Amino acid sequence: MSSTKYILGLFADPDEMMNGIDTLQKNSVPIYDVYTPMPIHGIERKLGIKDSRLGYAAFMFGCLGGTTIFSMAYYMLVQDWPMNIGGKPAFAIPDFIPITFEWTVLFTAFGMTLTFFYATHLFPGRTPRVMDLRATDDRFVIAIDAKGNIPHEDITNLLKEAGAVEVKHNDRKYVSYE
Amino acid sequence: MASHSESIIREPLITGKNITYAQITNDVLRPVENMPGKAWWIGFSVASLGACLWVFAVSYTFWYGIGSWGLNKTVGWAWDITGFVWWVGIGHAGTLISAILLLFRQNWRNSINRSAEAMTIFAVICAATYVVSHMGRPWLAYWPLPLPNQFGSIWVNFNSPLVWDVFAISTYFSVSLVFWYTGLLPDLATIRDRATGIRRKIYSVLSFGWTGSVKTWQRFETVCLILAGISTPLVLSVHTIVSMDFATSLEPGWHTTIFPPYFVAGAIFSGFAMVQTLLLVTRKVLGLENYITMFHIEAMNKIILLTGSIVGVAYLTEFFIAYYSGGEYEQYTFLNRFIGPYWWAGCMMYGCNVLMTQLMWFKKIRTNIPISWVLSIVVNIGMWFERFVIIVISLHRDFVPSSWAMFYPTWVDVSVFVGSIGLFFTMFLLFIRVLPSIAMAEVKLILKSSSEQAKKKLIDGGHLEPEQVEYYKESLTSFDSVDITDYQKR
Repeated sequence: MSSTKYILGLFADPDEMMNGIDTLQKNSVPIYDVYTPMPIHGIERKLGIKDSRLGYAAFMFGCLGGTTIFSMAYYMLVQDWPMNIGGKPAFAIPDFIPITFEWTVLFTAFGMTLTFFYATHLFPGRTPRVMDLRATDDRFVIAIDAKGNIPHEDITNLLKEAGAVEVKHNDRKYVSYE
Repeated sequence: MASHSESIIREPLITGKNITYAQITNDVLRPVENMPGKAWWIGFSVASLGACLWVFAVSYTFWYGIGSWGLNKTVGWAWDITGFVWWVGIGHAGTLISAILLLFRQNWRNSINRSAEAMTIFAVICAATYVVSHMGRPWLAYWPLPLPNQFGSIWVNFNSPLVWDVFAISTYFSVSLVFWYTGLLPDLATIRDRATGIRRKIYSVLSFGWTGSVKTWQRFETVCLILAGISTPLVLSVHTIVSMDFATSLEPGWHTTIFPPYFVAGAIFSGFAMVQTLLLVTRKVLGLENYITMFHIEAMNKIILLTGSIVGVAYLTEFFIAYYSGGEYEQYTFLNRFIGPYWWAGCMMYGCNVLMTQLMWFKKIRTNIPISWVLSIVVNIGMWFERFVIIVISLHRDFVPSSWAMFYPTWVDVSVFVGSIGLFFTMFLLFIRVLPSIAMAEVKLILKSSSEQAKKKLIDGGHLEPEQVEYYKESLTSFDSVDITDYQKR
């Protein structure tokens, strides 16, 4: 039994990598993940990844922000300490629109981005889990879990056929750990 | 898909013959991974001297109070608020490029958005320092926050444009920072994976453990799109609210309902001019001519022309409404811009902003780098004078002639302003040294569709309308980074 943990197909071109995904899927080789230096459109559908639900989170945070500041303004200027400004009504809704809008945007931006960081496990100081160091530079990397998959040479050949410039058999999952 | 081919009549966004993905990384990271050249050191020395002057002048203001400025009873707001509005306006181009052009799917934004957004952040920092230093007692800067009575004041007045401004500017700054930093993550990971030793550790912390997996990219794109969607109305609201500091007053000249759109157009106008000022130098010094091409320069000049013309129309409307209103104080304020003691400031405002930008109608001028650079500086001088005219000229002569006065800046006023420019350039120069000045991931995205080499391949492959190919070659002649003889051979 070989000690290979992950097989990586390194492609120099995004279209060839897409071709590689097709080839692997045609041969029923499950793909662990794909690492690319830029977003590749259409890849989610190929890999059966569901749409991101961050939009819903953004909407909820926006509602929260708008409600928060509007309630604050209502409490402060209408409930707690109404001021007589030229006899005008204390509950001046049009005047509350700018701040309501600003906090809607503020909460949306921070709430959504922090949700993104939380869901993707991104935070300052997190040890990068990198399978190949060139995946953030100029290589489009398909990673295949070696365990229980069809003979490794077959996977290598499939990847090479699809146009991989290099195929790696890694004994460690991540190369970024020292 | 990475590789649909784009219409040949569109000008290329990346020039150069053998640009590969690795080449993009190498070109963009050259200033980050190597020691800076002489030009950078000279620029940095001058800029940091300016920043030191700024520190000194602001400290002096804090120590002696704003009595050290040239303000008087009549002109109670002058260079401070002029500088504030000027810097906030400059910041607007960054958000326009990163948000509005993203929503409109303008791919040319990809190579300029990073530095334009950085510029936004630095400009808003410069603007914020004016707000804090003109408070007089900056240690009480928390007073505009909605704090309860025990803190010494009653609740803040949410009916006041100045309180809206606090909310608008702070939201704008923090949302811009989030947008910019999120966009930086993939590029920071690129630096991390190429670096060794301590640099690797630093960039590892900064890159938040970015991997570039499919799900990460998918979420990243969702976040960027939604941030662009909310930043677009945000940026419009910010300068609208800044303009309301003036528009909702009863002072003649500060009583103008056209201010919101007028200020927003002016902000984008001056912001693009500042982007142009910075990038024309940056592309040369950092050797990024292949990524910030003549197309980008011309496109920005077209936006300067458009927004400059909108500003021109707003000026005319202002004069017409002053005449049509029949209000003698209002009419005098506008006449005073030409016949009063500040006639020279009025001429600078209208001359630089309206007359000079009309030169941009000529393609020869739009595609001439030295002239574009000079014009971009002229625009920023003009926009500074616009704010000076609106603020100081309106204030110095209003209803009661016995209180008419002139404003004379002191050395502190001048030092705070000149110093803030130094501070801005110091931050920008540090930025291009430690962070990628071009969004590499986004430029890589358009390499296969919009680059000169991809289009050349299409031409070499035949099957294209000859007139369209001719049109394309014609458009390439203005590019300084394209060797046109490659195309003449065939």
